[in-house]
Amino acid sequence: MAKTLFDKIWDAHVVSEVEDGPTQLYIDRQFAHEVTSPQAFNGLRERGLTVLRPGKTTATPDHNIPTWDQDKPITDPISKFQVETLTRNCDEFGITLYGLGNQKNGIVHVVGPENGYTLPGMTIVCGDSHTSTHGAFGTIAFGIGTSEVEMVLASQCILQPRPKRMLININGELDRGVASKDIILYVISKLSTGGATGYFVEFAGTAITSLSMEARMTLCNMSIEMGARGGLIAPDQTTFDYIEGREFAPKGADWDKALAYWHTLKTDEGAEFDKTYNFDAADIEPMITYGTNPGMGVGITGSIPTLEEIDQAGQASFKQSMKYMGFEPGDRMIGKKIDYVFVGSCTNGRIEDLRTFCDFIKGKKKADNVTAWIVPGSRRVEKQAIEEGLVKIMTDAGFVMRQPGCSACLAMNDDKVPAGLYSVSTSNRNFEGRQGPGARTLLASVLTAAAAAVTGEVTDPRTMMDVAEPALT
Amino acid sequence: MAIEKFLTVTSTCIPLPIENVDTDQIIPARFLKATTKEGFGDNLFRDWRYDKEDQPKADFVLNDPTYSGEILVGGKNFGSGSSREHAAWAIAGYGLRVVVSSFFADIFKGNALNNGVLPVQVSDAFLAKLFQEIEADAKTTVTVNLPDQTITIDATGDSEGFEINAYKKNCMLNGYDDIDYLLSNKDKIEAWEKTSFY
Repeated sequence: MAKTLFDKIWDAHVVSEVEDGPTQLYIDRQFAHEVTSPQAFNGLRERGLTVLRPGKTTATPDHNIPTWDQDKPITDPISKFQVETLTRNCDEFGITLYGLGNQKNGIVHVVGPENGYTLPGMTIVCGDSHTSTHGAFGTIAFGIGTSEVEMVLASQCILQPRPKRMLININGELDRGVASKDIILYVISKLSTGGATGYFVEFAGTAITSLSMEARMTLCNMSIEMGARGGLIAPDQTTFDYIEGREFAPKGADWDKALAYWHTLKTDEGAEFDKTYNFDAADIEPMITYGTNPGMGVGITGSIPTLEEIDQAGQASFKQSMKYMGFEPGDRMIGKKIDYVFVGSCTNGRIEDLRTFCDFIKGKKKADNVTAWIVPGSRRVEKQAIEEGLVKIMTDAGFVMRQPGCSACLAMNDDKVPAGLYSVSTSNRNFEGRQGPGARTLLASVLTAAAAAVTGEVTDPRTMMDVAEPALT
Repeated sequence: MAIEKFLTVTSTCIPLPIENVDTDQIIPARFLKATTKEGFGDNLFRDWRYDKEDQPKADFVLNDPTYSGEILVGGKNFGSGSSREHAAWAIAGYGLRVVVSSFFADIFKGNALNNGVLPVQVSDAFLAKLFQEIEADAKTTVTVNLPDQTITIDATGDSEGFEINAYKKNCMLNGYDDIDYLLSNKDKIEAWEKTSFY
């Protein structure tokens, strides 16, 4: 019978089926960080259990670490204790940890792929909703709660109900200045933040297969923002080229064997999905959010909906979000003054993102009214940025690159946007208080953030680009 | 860790008729620095509940003495966003046993069940009726019966069935959790590993 890519991977990982219940699914790789793991390790201790397969979990502190003076002790004692707790737990249970200062430290979803831990056909989990990032490689990757982290540590398995399957086709060519971030913000604006709840999404179509690996990660990263358990893309030559030679990727004969297997990882002709959506890439322009969830986005030349355009049950939430954001229904987005720009996070903290930012700002100057945080996703990205001269370009334009971590994506560290101020952010969430209590977040692509950083207001990046420049992916 | 057994809850309700309540609102990220599960109830809905000076905001429902109880009634798409289980710990820690909504985010639903909090998904019409009854009378009680899988507005008799996976229902009724089950399958795990590509 014709199978979807999702079904092929899922079926290959079924250890048992609970009668009238969930599937016991084997997990090939778990990633862990300091925030959602301590209670799971405590649980193991309380039960007197060990970690069943310590080699299959990799840990790195990222959410709660400063992006400055990382060579010095963390000043916030509670953060320091949480990061130290991760170190103690990894030592005690025999788990590989890339701690602060380690050359492999960084945001968990950046570190996994760049070291070759993330491979097609795997099942991957992490106590972090943006685990969906790894789906870019053709994996079943999803975020889990702390009880489930404990479950995977104890048994290398998880109990999960089988999700439904959704196909999202995006065909056609992207306009210049339109990035994968815009694709996903566009899709979420169409489907809403609950539109894919209960589904695992496969992204397909020419606009998807033409994307680079890093752009695919950005896309899958935000599939959780429409409620999906995860998003995935069939692995292809782009995927294999990215993986080959990475430290933990298969080598030699193992590589050939893996490649033969990975070539089978695609949805069969005629396989059925529970739901299918088709979009035309040509309809997508650079996107920006105006509200307090990632589904509240519009094309950058567009306007915020009017109250009449919102259904009755959603009006209370819409009004609350307008009040929080200090916007009026019907407002145009272009020209809105901004105060902060954040380039980074597991959505847009990879080397390609920093290259895109630098290509755009080269020869320009940062707006005086803007505070900008440029935060690489990992030590490796930081090193590359220095080696490629990107830091020099940033410095010349008035920007400073910080040190790796989740930073102002969720503001667990000092990188908080003050109450009432506006931030154009390349991260994944614009919830109330996400970038600090009272902070107002506008989600956008790196290019749109770069344009705002230069002009100090919401700006269509296409108006500042050389017409001859090719489309950015 | 064993969870509290759940059979039937009859309680007044706390209404929160806002759609897309995300877990960042249920427990903001800056409170996730703890290494235990205790104390999160004090910061449930922190930024909706307290102002910048940490004074309770009079207009937020948790600060309104009119409403109390073990049942939180939320708008559609409750618990979206971050996977943080701290949101479930905050809800349980505050003393809530049930969250009612017309739609839940997946990860939140799993986290709630793993912590003895029952997510009860009802129709849009039932949810609207429930909000209406609570607004008319804050003393309205609702009965959630897990064995029968029903939710009933006691005064009016309006009732609806709700779905729950049979396995999870059994865990809730008996206070079991998944790890006991998974470890009882260790031989199957080892057998599967022999077939693994990775």
